[in-house]
This record gives sequence, C-alpha cells and structure tokens, in this order.
Amino acid sequence: MTMMKKLLTSAVASALMASGAQAAISDNTVKIGYLADMSGTYRDLAGPNGLTALEMAIKDFGGTVNGAKIEVVSADDRNSPDTSSSTVRRWVENDKVDLVAGMVASSVSIAVSKILEENDRLGIISGSAASSITNEHCTPNHIHYVYDTYPLANGTASAVVKEGGKTWYLLTADYAFGHALEADVTRVVEANGGEIVGTVRHPFPTQDFSSFILQAQASGADVVGLASAGADTTNAITTASEFGVTQAGQTLAALLLFLTDVHALGAETAQGIQLTTGWYWDMNDETREWSDRFMKETGVRPTMVHAGIYSSTMQYLNAVAATGSDDAQTVRKQMMDTPINDMFAKNGKIRVDGRMVHDMYLAEVKTPAESKNEWDLYKILRTIPADEAYRPLSESKCKLVN
Amino acid sequence: MTMIFGVPLAVLSGQLLIGIINGAFYALLSLGLAVIFGLLKIINFAHGAMYMLGALVTVVLFDLLGVNYWVALFVAPVLVGAFGMLIEYFLLRRIAGQDHIYSLLLTFGVALIIQGVLTNIYGVSGLRYSMPDMFKGGINLGFMFLPYYRAWVIVVALLVCFGTWFIIEKTKLGSYLRAGTEDSQLMQGFGINVPLLVSLTYGFGVMLAAFAGVLAAPIYSVTPVMGSNILIVVFAVVVIGGMGSIGGAIITGILMGVIEGLTKTFYPPASSAVIFLVMVLVLMIRPTGLFGKEA
Amino acid sequence: MDQPVNPADIHKAIVEQQKIQDRKKLMVNGVLLLLLLAAPFVMYPVFLMKILCFALFAVAFNLLFGFTGLLSFGHAAFLASGGYTTGYLLSNFSGLTTEMGIIAGTATATLLGLAFALLSIRRQGIYFAMVTLALAQLVFFFFVQSEFTGGEDGMHGIPRGELFGLINLEDNLNMYYFVLVVFIACYLLVQRIVSSPYGQILKAIKQNEPRAVSLGYNVDRYKILAFVISAALAGLAGSMKSVVFQLASLNDAHWHMSGEVILMTLVGGMGTLLGPVVGATFVVNIEYQLSQGPLRDWVDPILGGIFVLTVLAFRSGIVGELQKFMRKNLG
Repeated sequence: MTMMKKLLTSAVASALMASGAQAAISDNTVKIGYLADMSGTYRDLAGPNGLTALEMAIKDFGGTVNGAKIEVVSADDRNSPDTSSSTVRRWVENDKVDLVAGMVASSVSIAVSKILEENDRLGIISGSAASSITNEHCTPNHIHYVYDTYPLANGTASAVVKEGGKTWYLLTADYAFGHALEADVTRVVEANGGEIVGTVRHPFPTQDFSSFILQAQASGADVVGLASAGADTTNAITTASEFGVTQAGQTLAALLLFLTDVHALGAETAQGIQLTTGWYWDMNDETREWSDRFMKETGVRPTMVHAGIYSSTMQYLNAVAATGSDDAQTVRKQMMDTPINDMFAKNGKIRVDGRMVHDMYLAEVKTPAESKNEWDLYKILRTIPADEAYRPLSESKCKLVN
Repeated sequence: MTMIFGVPLAVLSGQLLIGIINGAFYALLSLGLAVIFGLLKIINFAHGAMYMLGALVTVVLFDLLGVNYWVALFVAPVLVGAFGMLIEYFLLRRIAGQDHIYSLLLTFGVALIIQGVLTNIYGVSGLRYSMPDMFKGGINLGFMFLPYYRAWVIVVALLVCFGTWFIIEKTKLGSYLRAGTEDSQLMQGFGINVPLLVSLTYGFGVMLAAFAGVLAAPIYSVTPVMGSNILIVVFAVVVIGGMGSIGGAIITGILMGVIEGLTKTFYPPASSAVIFLVMVLVLMIRPTGLFGKEA
Repeated sequence: MDQPVNPADIHKAIVEQQKIQDRKKLMVNGVLLLLLLAAPFVMYPVFLMKILCFALFAVAFNLLFGFTGLLSFGHAAFLASGGYTTGYLLSNFSGLTTEMGIIAGTATATLLGLAFALLSIRRQGIYFAMVTLALAQLVFFFFVQSEFTGGEDGMHGIPRGELFGLINLEDNLNMYYFVLVVFIACYLLVQRIVSSPYGQILKAIKQNEPRAVSLGYNVDRYKILAFVISAALAGLAGSMKSVVFQLASLNDAHWHMSGEVILMTLVGGMGTLLGPVVGATFVVNIEYQLSQGPLRDWVDPILGGIFVLTVLAFRSGIVGELQKFMRKNLG
C-alpha cells in the first residue's frame, strides 16, 4: 500500500469514528510488541525485567480487554535500528501488532516511530532519553513516557545552582545525547545566574576518567557536572571519589543516573550525589507495594523505566477498554484526554507532541549510615512540578504543535 | 604560572603522570598478548574477556566467600589462567598449525560466548566493589592529588612487566620457552613436554590479563563487557610495538598511555582515536612495528 | 610443489575444470534465480532485501579475503560511508534520483577504499588486518563527530524516491526487484573477475605471493585493484541498505560489523562464490530469528558458538563442506 493510500484510509477511518460508527478491536486481539535491548549495554534499564513489568500490567488488568485477548510478543532490538526496523515492520504488517512498547537506544526509537507513523500504529517509548523524540522527531503515533534530557538538566542543574553551585565544569560524553544534555545544562545554569567555566568532551565510551577529573579539579569550579550515562557516569563517579573531588569541596552532579547505576556504585562511593529521577520505588505505600511485587518476580528493585512500562501499559489498556477500539489515533486521543493517576505519576498528562509530562524528583544519594539496605539509596529532596520540568510547547519544533 | 600551549605546567605534569599510570596498565595487558603471540603465534581476541574475568572473579569471590583484595590478587589470575589453559587444551590446540587468522576468529567467538553468558547472569550495570581500606586517600604532590591506589598500580604493574620480560628474555626457563615454540620437535627430543609448555604459556598470558583485571576492579566499573572496548586499544598497542616483541609491548604501552593522556588534555574527543592514528603512521614507516623483527 | 611446471598445462587444466564446473554452476544458479524471483511473494520483502544487501557486502569482502587472501578488519567503513553518503544526498537534494544517490555513495566508498589500499597494501598478514582496523576506527571517529550523520541517533527518513525518476521505490516489490537486479549484476561481476586471468593472478598471490612477484607480476597493483573493487561493492551494499531501510546508523561503521562480515564469509565458505551469500543468509536469519524467540537474550553467545564451531569443525564453511562432500561422493 502506498503512503498516500494509508493516510487516506486512516483519515476515512477516523472520520467514521468521529461520526459514531462502530469502533472495534481488530481481530478481537490486542497485540503488544515489546522491543528492547535484551543483551547489550542498555539491558538493565528496560530489558528482560521490563517485559516482566509489562506482563504484570496485563495480568493486573485482567488478561483480557472488553472480551478481547491480550497477546505479547517480544524481541531483542540488538541496539540496531535496522534489526529493529525489520522486527517492527513484520510486527505491524504481518503480525497485526497494535502497540510497540519499551525501546531504549534513541536510534531505535526514532526508526521505530517512523515505521509506526507510516502504518498508523501506536508506540510508547519508555527507555530513551533523547528529548528530540518528541521535538523534531515527533509523530502522531508515539508517546514518550518516562523522562527525557530536558527535565534531567532542568531539575538537577537549577537545584544545584540555587544551592550556591555557581561555577560549573562539565564532563560531556562526546555524542548526540551528551551534547543535548550539555546544551540543556548550560541554558539552565546560565538562566539561574551560574556560569560554565569549562567543558571537556570525552569519547564514548571512556574507561579511565582520571585525566578528565584532574582537569575538572584544576578548574576550581564549584560543581563538576557529568553529562553522560551508564558506565561512563559510574566510571567518572568512581574516579571522582578516588581522587577526592567531593572532599576537596567540589560538588558532583550526575545528570542521568538510574537506580541500577547507583546500586552498582554503592552508597559509599555515590553518597551525596544529586540527581533527577522520574520515579523512585520507596516514595510511598503505592510505589512500595508495586515494587515488592516486582522484586518478587525479578529479584531486583525497579528503575523508573520499569515502573513507566507498567504504568503506560495500564494506561493503554484502560484507553482501549474505554473506547472499545485498538485504533492508534482513537487510543492516543483517549490517553491524551485522561490524566494519569497511578503509582507512577500523579496528574500526568500526555501532550499533543506525545510527551507525557509529570512531576519529576530531585534526589540525593544517601550516606552509608542512612542507607538501611542495598536498595535504600535515595532521599527525595524536592518535587519538580511537571510544568517546570519539561520543555514547554512554546519552544517545541514538533510538527504537531502550532 | 608557567604555561605550555595554553596549559599550566602543573596540570601538564599531572596529566603526564596519569598517562604513565594508564600506560603501565596498557603495558600489562599488551604484555600478555605479546607473550601469547610471540611464543605461540596465537592472536588472542579473548584477551579483553580474560581481563574482565579477572575483575569479575575478584568481585564474585569477595561477595560469595569474603575473599579480600590481597588474596584475590593471586587467586583470581590463577583461576582465570587455569580457565585459559582449558581453552587452549580443548579449542586452540585443534587449530595449531593453521593460519593465525583462525586463532583470531576462534578466540573472538570464545569472547562473545563468555561475555554473553555473564551478561545474562550479572547484568551490565556493574558490580559493586570497594577500594581496600589501606588504599583510601592519597598524597598531594603539589601539582596533583595522587590516590595511593594509582601509585600502587604503577609500581606493581611495572614490577610484573619487568619480571615477565626478565623471565622470558634472560632466564633458562625463558630460553626453553622460546626454543620449544620455535622448534617443538627438537625440544620434545630433549625430553621437554612441549604441549604442556604451550598450555602453560597461554595460561600465563591470560593470567597477566586477569591480573590487570584485579587491579582494575576497585577503580573501574566491573561489568561483563568492560573488556570488549579495551581489547582493540590493547591490540593497537601490541601492533605498534611489534607483534610478539615482549619489551616492545611494555615500552609502547607506557608510551601510548602518555600520548593518550596528552590528547586528553589538548583535544579530548580524539583521545580514543589517537592510538589508531599512531598505529597507521608507525606501520607506514616501520611495517612490523617499532620493535618488531622484519618479517 | 617446487618442480617446474609448464604454465600452459596449468592453464589448460584450469580451463577444462572450469567448463565442467560452469555447467553445474549454471544449473544451481538458475534454480536460485527462480527462488529469488518468487521469494517476495512468500517472505517479507524488506527482510529479503536486508539479506541481499548483506550478501553483497559479504561477496565484496570475500573477493578480498577468500580470493586474494587479504583479511580486512575495516570493511565496516565502506558499508557505512556508502550508506551515509547516499542518505545525506537523497535527504538533502530532492532533485536527485535514487540511483544517482546510490552511485555517489558507491563512489565515496571507492575513493575511501583506494585511500585504505594505498596505506595498507604493503603490510602483511596480521599487520594488514590491523592497519585496516585502525583506519576504520578513524573513519568511525569521523562519523561520530560529524553533524550530518546524526551521531548515535542515526540518519532517519531517507526518501526511497524514484528510480530513474520513473519507478516508485516506496513500493516494496519495486524496491526488491531493483535490489535483486543490482545484486545479481554484482555477483556476476565478481564471478567474471574471479574466473578471468586477473582472478587467476589474485589466486596466485593468495597461494604464494613471492612466486607471483618472481613471475614478474606487479603484485601491489593487483592487490590495490582487488581492494578498491571490494570497497566499491561494499559501499554499494551500504548505499542500497540505507535506501531500503531509509536510515543509516553507526552500527554499520562499528568494528563489530567488520567482524560480522568475516563470520558470514567464514560460515558460508570463504573462497567460494556462493559461500558468502549462503553465509549472509544464514547469519542474518539466525540473528533475526533468535532475537524474536525464547533465546532472544542469548544471541551473542550463540553467534560466538557458531564462530567457534565453524573454525573447529567446518573450516571450509557450508558451501565449502558441501562441495567437498559432493566431490567425495558424486565424483
């Protein structure tokens, strides 16, 4: 089918929908495809445990929606956009998959969202950090659920500057994600009256950070900001602790740290680091209850991505139940119209550009004395309201915003 | 403050020292590769995986049995070395005498298996390992803060490197090794068990990698994939030094550490590429590396 | 081996054997062609195109490795440079028709191949492999640093456009037959090269380079030409792949990709014409099927196991082992 024909069909379909024609769940099955890195660098973020979270949501929902079956297929994305494209194309064109969930590497998320747009299916991206996914790469067919670089920079940087960390030295991972974080941090720091006194762009990945830490120490900046992710960040933090960065009076600010990273570092090495997170397992009874169940299944505490996969799957199924349809646009509209109130988010809202905006949290890593067990790692310092956290629509380059 | 190319002298001295420390690390890793290639003509693409195993075994021994750092420094390399000997015995031996390219492909496969299996068991976020208490802190050298642990790394790495060079190049055992691998039939005639010698040599090269892994455990994030990126850097070091030259691997290791350190100061983004640039340039001028024998 | 042999006799023997082999090959190839023509009606076209692109990549690699004896560990650089060039041009210059973008991508890879060849061709064995690896790492560094590639986000939304401004390639079937025609043309080209006198010289270089030198051949020139052709075809594979998937990413430039093409060639059977095609089909399928199934967390270790098994037990690869089997059992 050509692109034009598809657009026409979907236009006709939505026109019919609007005129109150019978909505229905196609072939009486809601099929969800879970696509994530199951074996590579990003495995622990979403990976096999993300699939568990997704299956928990389906089970909690009851296993069927309006009498229709809910089926799950899953695949390893191999962190490769071509492999992911082949997988998702087959899913949507042959296997009638209605929703694609998971997705971490930005190259994968962007490639998949283009295919979903072409075929008018829905995607909910939970693992990716790139804010471009709902900015220049936005489509009417995907939702970006958990977090992105914008609030990460916003939350941590503005809080640290307000506490007196005026001069910053940035260690930026030298790739698009690092550059985006760097740009966001620079903007926030300067807007709050701070100053970036130096930046060093290190290759991705880097194992030994001693050289860069030394440069950061020599700069005399108040704050050493880490605009990187994963092993780069944990290596930088380990080295900073070894070289006594915090003892010498500099503050360490990590812009993207997941619970699994902090767990790997341990409270002793990571103590005192401030970070922004979209969710933490030990915030209230609701989060604890769900996390206990998750831990029983997987043996670990969930990251914000795992919680987001659960929550978004639940929201999706609720929307399917409410509209009685698995048509992408119908469901997406319903999801946009329904505020999200669950263990993951309070008053979360999906915007027209596909960005789910919700409160973010500024956290600090506990000291070994405060930490009661290996997963008791964060103190929540402050809630960053949704409107402040995310990129406002007025700055958006998304084609759906006018 | 004295400045050199816009960088204060104090900063530069610090970077040089860091470069030497990292260089000692590279030297240790490339030494094992050079031993394995120089004596056995095996291109060991599993070297990064062995380095990772050294670190991982250290962490796991501590978690399961409370084995401390000092014990691990001996036990982990021995365990990993023994594992290496098994690989030699069951796999590499079967392709002895074939083109060396096959040893590269075989060990590359072995590395994929080891890393993949361990990723499924331990994940990729990294395993927690604390610095031994006696190494906490450091000394202020005036131009930089030198953590005690880094001082220890440079001392022990250089000692091991020098010791290995001495054994292979200057002792009787070393001469057996070299002779045994060069003309195995003759040595067999002298009553020396050459296949055992080969296994031991491979095991020893692997031990060196694992030893570097133990040294890395307290300072780098320990994950099943930590060796996959360092592998090709270390290979570049060995090639620049001249495949199989023991002394060349040590000297080049340190040299590359310093060059990389300086790049990290003057143009950081290129610091991962600079070694490959040096490699291309060196091989254009000297086709068998800085210290390699003419083919 | 060192007895003097009359070169004319060798040539005659080769020609005789060639004739017999040619007839067999013609039959095999005819069947394969029919299968390929019918395939998109049975299998998913985009996936088939992926296989064809990788098969072309492996065929290109094999020309150098299998027939000339040069192991390049940097072929990812050509695949990626072809893909990025084509992607960039087609995305930014709407006046270009698709084949012009593909030709430009191939040309870029060809020039890059020439540069690689000039820098590396005099190095021997493992040093050759390592120089090509080093050069490919520098190319990778360039792609990571450049704005136009989109870094790790990749280059997306490359338009497939219209072939010669006439045939709409948005249609998967049209696209498939275009890729198939290009693939077959390249395959026949390589077949022609290998069986030509030039191909015989390449084989001679592989078997015994000093002898080829002493026979008066300018070995370096032959090797450079083989390298450049191989790079060009690898670039063509990358260019087509970027049009098929409408994206180009850093995965294609990473050294793992250079490793993967070695695996494909080795598994299929290096030094055979059909081997790399079979190998690519096998590896792409295995990787894809595994990533979907219950073993999806274990793709890497399984690929590693295939590597080990191939090196230990099936060193001549699927096609090579089959040929051996047929020779033994069917005369």
